[in-house]
Amino acid sequence: MNRPLLLATALIAVGMAAVAAEPARDAIVATYSRQAQNENQAFNGFSTARGERLYLGPHAGGNAETPACATCHTADPRAPGRHVKTGRAIEPMAVSVNPRRFTDAADVEKRFGRDCPNVLGRPCTAAEKGDFITFLINR
Amino acid sequence: MRRWLVALIITMGGAAGAAASGLERVPAIAHPATAKECGECHMAFQPALLPAGSWLRIMDGLADHFGEDASLLADLTASIRAYLAANAGRSGDPKITRITEQSWFAKEHRFSSAVWQRPEIKTKSNCLACHPRAEQGSYDDD
Repeated sequence: MNRPLLLATALIAVGMAAVAAEPARDAIVATYSRQAQNENQAFNGFSTARGERLYLGPHAGGNAETPACATCHTADPRAPGRHVKTGRAIEPMAVSVNPRRFTDAADVEKRFGRDCPNVLGRPCTAAEKGDFITFLINR
Repeated sequence: MRRWLVALIITMGGAAGAAASGLERVPAIAHPATAKECGECHMAFQPALLPAGSWLRIMDGLADHFGEDASLLADLTASIRAYLAANAGRSGDPKITRITEQSWFAKEHRFSSAVWQRPEIKTKSNCLACHPRAEQGSYDDD
């Protein structure tokens, strides 16, 4: 194996490890998975595609200024966002560029607790929370 | 004795500097929970920018924080509330919760509405648009 290829392989392996081997994030997803099963017997796993639709919206029912997660976080979750009201810079949502995302359970719950009513006009279900995180783990 | 004298001179110098032209330098936030929680949706404003009464009103009304729900767990709210009140500014109207509506703010920011409407500013509370070191408590870049 030539050296650049070896290096690239190593970098990909490290990158994958950074996304996959994060026990705190895995535990958060596992908790939402258990909750989703309790909410709906037919639940059969989280979906990147559903998470993407939730992220991109647009949704009705929430704050008119924030019809989608993408309103502040931009349509590309790998890009930095900007708070629509205050102009505050927001770190990227995609785990691939911001590995600290979804590693603090209390923080994650706090943000869903505030942002779901802002965007959807109601709390998110556990299935939606898991879909959302799954989408961003895969971006 | 000498150490006291140095401290006194520094204190007097700081007070004179602040008095000369408003609040150009304020102590940076020295409470990690305040820096983190208050800094998520907007710059975390230093406690000296509002009097204690304003901070207490803000911290007792987080469920409707200028139109947003900014609620925190009770113990976190209490810890941030105590820090802000203990380090609050000594001037300002405690009935006013918006820093941008305190009288000193208007005196320091006499700009036309066209300036305020620049897209990079977006809102008067966006200190960082014009004061790049605002998060360290330095507002003298104008």
